[in-house]
This record gives sequence, C-alpha cells and structure tokens, in this order.
Amino acid sequence: MKTAISKLIVATAMLGALGWISASNARFGASAASAQGAAKSQEVVVKIDNFSYMPHDITVTAGTTVIWVNNDDIPHTVVSTTDAFKSRALDTDDKFSFKFDKPGTYEYFCSIHPKMTAKVIVQ
Amino acid sequence: MGKIITENLNNDGVDRRGFLKCMAWAGTGTLCLIQGGVLKSFALSEVANMDQSKLKGDLSFVQISDSHIGFDKAANPDVTATLREAIAKINGLGQPPAFVLHTGDLSHLSKASEFDTLDQTLKSIHTEKIFYVPGEHDVLNDNGEQYRERYGKGSFGDGWYSFDQKGVHFIGLVNVMNLKAGGLGSLGKEQLEWLEHDVKSLKSSTPIVVFAHIPLWSVYPEWGWGTDDSAQALSYLKRFGTVSVLNGHIHQVMQKVEGNVTFHTAMSTAFPQPQPGTAPSPGPMKVPADNLRGLLGLTNVNFVRGKHTLAVVDSTLQG
Repeated sequence: MKTAISKLIVATAMLGALGWISASNARFGASAASAQGAAKSQEVVVKIDNFSYMPHDITVTAGTTVIWVNNDDIPHTVVSTTDAFKSRALDTDDKFSFKFDKPGTYEYFCSIHPKMTAKVIVQ
Repeated sequence: MGKIITENLNNDGVDRRGFLKCMAWAGTGTLCLIQGGVLKSFALSEVANMDQSKLKGDLSFVQISDSHIGFDKAANPDVTATLREAIAKINGLGQPPAFVLHTGDLSHLSKASEFDTLDQTLKSIHTEKIFYVPGEHDVLNDNGEQYRERYGKGSFGDGWYSFDQKGVHFIGLVNVMNLKAGGLGSLGKEQLEWLEHDVKSLKSSTPIVVFAHIPLWSVYPEWGWGTDDSAQALSYLKRFGTVSVLNGHIHQVMQKVEGNVTFHTAMSTAFPQPQPGTAPSPGPMKVPADNLRGLLGLTNVNFVRGKHTLAVVDSTLQG
C-alpha cells in the first residue's frame, strides 16, 4: 500500500513537473501540440478580395501565423519584397500561411498584380 | 462578321464612330473606305491612280488575346467555347489571315492541362502560323519555364523575338516578368538592349508592329494597366514612319494615336473587364448572358503597302 501510494505521489509529481515544463515551453514559444490550454499559437487571417489584402496592414506578435485566403475570382500571390516568403499562385479558396518568428516590418505584394501591396508588422 | 457599331444614328449599319476613328489615325487628306467589311485608309492623292486589285490587303493577320483557358467562374463558365466561336469567326473571313498573334494570358493558371487544351483548340484555325507572347497568367510558379518550352522556340531571354512578313517587322515583347511591388508591366534592361539592337539597321520606312501583353502606354496605372519602362522602348522606334502597338491584358478595346504610333488593345475571348475606374477592381466583369458575346472578340489587321498605317478592325463574337 505504501509503495502504491508513494508511486502515486511520484507519478503525480512527475505529471505536475511535465505540466510545468509544458507551460514553460509555451511561454518560450514552442509548438502548441503539448501545451494544454496555455498560450496557443496565434493565427491571423488576411482575406484577399477585389484585388486587395484585407486587413491591409496588420500588427502581430512574434510567433503568429498569418493565413491568407483568396476569396477573389482571380488568382493572386503573396510575395515578400525581401524574399522572406513566397506563395504559389492561389486560385479562389486557396490558402497560404507563414509563421512570423522574427520582429520586423514585412512588406509584401501580389507578383501577378503588383499594384496590390500590404504589410505585416511583427512585434 | 459582326462589327462594333457604337453610334448608329441612322440605323443604316454604317459604323460612323469607327469611320471617324479611321480618319483620326489615318491623318488628314485621307480617304477611309469600308470594303468587304474592312476599314482601310488611303491617301487621297493615291486613290485616283490605283486599280482595284491594289486596294486589297497585302498582308492580313488576326490578333486574339486573353483566352484564359482554365477560368470557369461566373463571368464565363466556358472560355473554351467562346474561344472556339472566335476561331469560327476567323475561319469565316473572306481572306484567311497569314498568321495569328496571341497577345497573352493563354492560360489562366499556367497549368499543363490548360496549355494542352489551348493548343488543341487552336489547331482548328485556318492559318499558317500562330505567334505568342505570354501574359502574367502564363508564367505563374515557374518563371515562365513551361511557357517558353511550349511557345518560346527561337526566342531570347524571357521569350522576346522578332520576325518579318511581307516587309513588315514584327516584334514580340515580354513585359510580365520580374514585376516589382507597386509597379506596372516591365520590359527590363536586357530586353531593351536587345530591342535597340534589333531595329538598329532597319530602314525608317519599314512598318513596325510591336505586340506585348500589358499595354505599352499608360491606360490606367491604378489598375496596373501600363508598363514602367515602355518610354525607352518607344524611343528606339521614334524614327520609324509607321509603328503599331498591339496589346491585350485589359479585355477591352482602347486605341490611342501619338504621332506615328498607333496603340491598340484587343478584347478577350474569355471574359470582359470593366472600363477604367468604373469598378472597385479590374477583375472579371459579370454581365447578362445575352450581353457576353458582344464584349468578347478578335481584331483583324490589314496592311496595304504604301500606306502609313495599318487598318485595324475589331469585331465581337455577336452576330
């Protein structure tokens, strides 16, 4: 009985430790898979429609994944002006996502219709 | 073959606006004739001395554009069908065209299947040869590699080239590559250098026809309808007596005359786009099904030796 209880105590302690480690990992921005209810990965959606990105300029925290969705009836692309990211041609309903780990200002445009420009500010 | 009749005040079928356009780009002291449905211009001084056979075209060719094979949205769910209708119009011409120019956006998404369907469909045109320049929809994902493999034989760089037909010098330019953020169409340094060299030794009396996808003049920059470095290209052609620039991209007919240069854009065979500034964006324009074919079409070009310009006639798929 004593052994069982002590095993239980050890197990609980270990679980507790794991929980603490997971929470710490989440604080340091690791993948969301193991974090239980702690900081989940941020996701922000940018819609593409009528030859424009909406919202046009967004500000996000480092570690955020931005997902672009093409709702227009013509294909568009998402291309960083500094080669940080580059999507294939997105047809209607196609998506492209990129995780912004480093702070900075990321200007991007549509390489098919270069008048379409926007930016992501990562803090 | 249906013609655009934009002002038909007396309901007698005479295309007065087209007639006036002809007068405008042909200059003063010029007779504009409609013969066999084709507008032609003649210097008055020459008409009296010409016999009938000379009034026939020396060279006739057709421009089609923006077939967008693969597009299937509301503006036109079957772009292959409307392309076939355009081909039927071409094959119905009294005189088969010497060749056909396709000024780009052959495909909608640069897919192999789209290029395949286009090639299959174009086989039924009754003409000797088809020349192409790419649109921005033809160079997606691979920097135009597939386009050049299929249509770029004998071309340079991104796919530019020139050829001669019956004394007319044709130049195919590519202005849809390496587009910069916030910019318009772009020819680039290498192509401009090639162009300067290509026309260097031609006599100034050589008629020049330049064809490229995005307009080489500033139609509407807000919508990307222009080319950043076209002025330099046109400077190499300044000395020539007749320069005709044929473009696509905007899916509607627009024409401008600047000295010896006539600029002309063609309709699409796939879907229309709005006139500049009349819509929030230049995307496919949905119209009632009955009106669609009146906004799609092709361009017939006639060159008569000795004239200082080409006779350019647009016709829709209607009628």
